[in-house]
Amino acid sequence: MTTRIHTYLWPATRHILLLAGALVMLTPFIWMLSTASKPQTEIFSSELHLIPHHFALWDNLRTAFAKANLWRYLLNGLIVTISIFGLQVLVALPAAYALAKLRFLGRDVLFALVVFCILIPPQATAIPVFLLLHKLGVLDTYAALVLPFTISVFGIFLMRQFFKTVPDDLIDAARMDGISEFGIVWRVMLPTAIPAVTAFGIFSVVAHWNDYFWPLIVLNSEHLQTPPLAVAQFRNNEAGTNYGPLMAAAIVIIAPLVVAFLFAQRRFIEGITLTGIK
Amino acid sequence: MAEIEVRGLRKAFDGTEVLKGVDLTIENGEFISLVGPSGCGKSTLLRVIAGLEPQSSGEIRIDGISADGVRSSARNLAMVFQSYALYPHLSVFDNIAVPLRMKRLSALARLPILGRLMPGRQRTERGIRAEVERVADQLEISPLLKRKPGQLSGGQRQRVAVGRAIVRQPRAFLFDEPLSNLDAKLRVHMRAEIAQLHRQLKTTFIYVTHDQAEAMTMSGRIAVMIGGELIQVGTPSAIYEDPRDIRVAEFIGTPKINAFPGRIRGDGRLEVLGHVLHAATPAPAGECRVCVRPERIDLTGSGVFSGTVVHLENLGSEAFVHVASEGMSAPVVARVNDPSLLPTIGASVGYGFVPDAVRAFDGDGKRIATEIASRVERPRGMAVV
Ligand SMILES: Nc1ncnc2c1ncn2[C@@H]1O[C@H](COP(=O)(O)OP(=O)(O)OP(=O)(O)O)[C@@H](O)[C@H]1O
Ligand SMILES: [Mg+2]
Repeated sequence: MTTRIHTYLWPATRHILLLAGALVMLTPFIWMLSTASKPQTEIFSSELHLIPHHFALWDNLRTAFAKANLWRYLLNGLIVTISIFGLQVLVALPAAYALAKLRFLGRDVLFALVVFCILIPPQATAIPVFLLLHKLGVLDTYAALVLPFTISVFGIFLMRQFFKTVPDDLIDAARMDGISEFGIVWRVMLPTAIPAVTAFGIFSVVAHWNDYFWPLIVLNSEHLQTPPLAVAQFRNNEAGTNYGPLMAAAIVIIAPLVVAFLFAQRRFIEGITLTGIK
Repeated sequence: MAEIEVRGLRKAFDGTEVLKGVDLTIENGEFISLVGPSGCGKSTLLRVIAGLEPQSSGEIRIDGISADGVRSSARNLAMVFQSYALYPHLSVFDNIAVPLRMKRLSALARLPILGRLMPGRQRTERGIRAEVERVADQLEISPLLKRKPGQLSGGQRQRVAVGRAIVRQPRAFLFDEPLSNLDAKLRVHMRAEIAQLHRQLKTTFIYVTHDQAEAMTMSGRIAVMIGGELIQVGTPSAIYEDPRDIRVAEFIGTPKINAFPGRIRGDGRLEVLGHVLHAATPAPAGECRVCVRPERIDLTGSGVFSGTVVHLENLGSEAFVHVASEGMSAPVVARVNDPSLLPTIGASVGYGFVPDAVRAFDGDGKRIATEIASRVERPRGMAVV
């Protein structure tokens, strides 16, 4: 009898604990959804309630889109994150291939430097990079948002670790077939590394879509602002104390990430595995 | 079609010498096997010939022209790898088509979408399709052309890898243990197919294996490599019957050749375990090794040696008897052609061998000539010792 209770007790406790954890993580998100769906009067009412009495999400969205150029900010976010990710891949893949598969003097030292660079927080280099961009005269442009992130040591590290697992024979076969070294990177390594590239893409896009620090430093013009900056601006200038439209705007800005993640999750799983090689 | 010459080839990795001066001439259209124990440098030699690895010194000549500094793709050799090395993201068709596309399409025409617009691309692509289909037909993999390598069995992947090699019509084929990932039955089958392929194509084949059965059954010549050196090159029967070095004798043949500790007496006669053999050698007196193949050990005759049966291996069509004898560290293995005549374990048996079966090696493992000693000393002429 006791063992019977025991077998139910532990899974139950486990699930309750996990649910509690999930609730803590989700509460701000749920609250955002709730607030975005409430009319102004309910937001400031003294009693707390989750479900709005009067559903006002569409009104709030309409107000948000009317008050600020949300499409423009979303487009900015898209341009910046896609450019950063594209350039990162362009740099990281050849570098990772060289570090993983080519034999040359100083390779291990270079790789140690790459690992070391991962430890440096971006804030530490912010001022020199800012000055550099100033000298180049590209402050307050897309270039200022993109250029500092084109070399991702994390990306190089991640791809290098993945490329290590690709058998040497595959590369030798490609060489015998007449594919050049760069050709090997793009036509052989990239397709086999799709799961790793996807994983890296998720990290990169999420980090730069949500980045608040760097755009705040290098941007002045309103028309270049990225989504997080725009939402913040929203609060200060446009919406004032009107939290309904502010939260609606926040939803709009999060939505692309959520959709992209759901899409990428499938890619993760179905990604090309290396079964064909062995 | 190519004649490949390897001259004084040396290769060192980080100071350790892996190839220690290899000389080998591979005739046009020949099927030569490169055998040797694991780690002796077979793959390294093949990779140097293929141009995937630069040599430390020495030279490779293909059809009389030095291949130094020629890129591996430009040497026009095809290689089949042990792991098949198929492109996992490409279909079987595309896998086989890759070498042709690389050769016949410009970099621009190979671009994913833009390439379709290039003039002449359609026509080249049609030619490639015809050739891939012909090769697929030849290898009986036509129904698989649309599949990805991950959806194929080991034997099918093997065929695709061979297809990718044949389609470019190379001057020579390099195989690096292509069958070692297959199960025993399929291996025997593919062995026959590759031999058949060689008869059909009449191209030079260099076949690396550590499986001596493959080498013995398929090739015209065998090159035995041990410790980075070619010890002996010759026809399978010459390698088997007339090994120049004890390491060759021990490597070729299963079960392993029996090696008796021996001595060369002052009068040139060989002596094994205290018995004087009817074999003599011109070599100077001293220690030697006397080797006899299992099928030449005679358990039925009135042999002078004796021992105890310690193990039996009955394979159905033949059987091997392991006999422990005094003075021998390893049991002597004898083949019995009729398994119904097997002794029992623990029985004491006598055995012997004819002087003709003796292969003697000196202290350094080099072969020493032997001849049957004059019969005068033994009136009844029975050759069994
Ligand atoms: N890239 C390399 N760097 C350092 N050492 C290497 C390299 N490639 C091979 N070696 C060494 O060279 C020696 C010979 O290797 P090789 O692969 O030619 O052996 P093999 O005869 O093909 O053996 P196997 O039958 O196991 O395939 C081995 O001791 C191996 O450790
Ligand atoms: Mg090998």
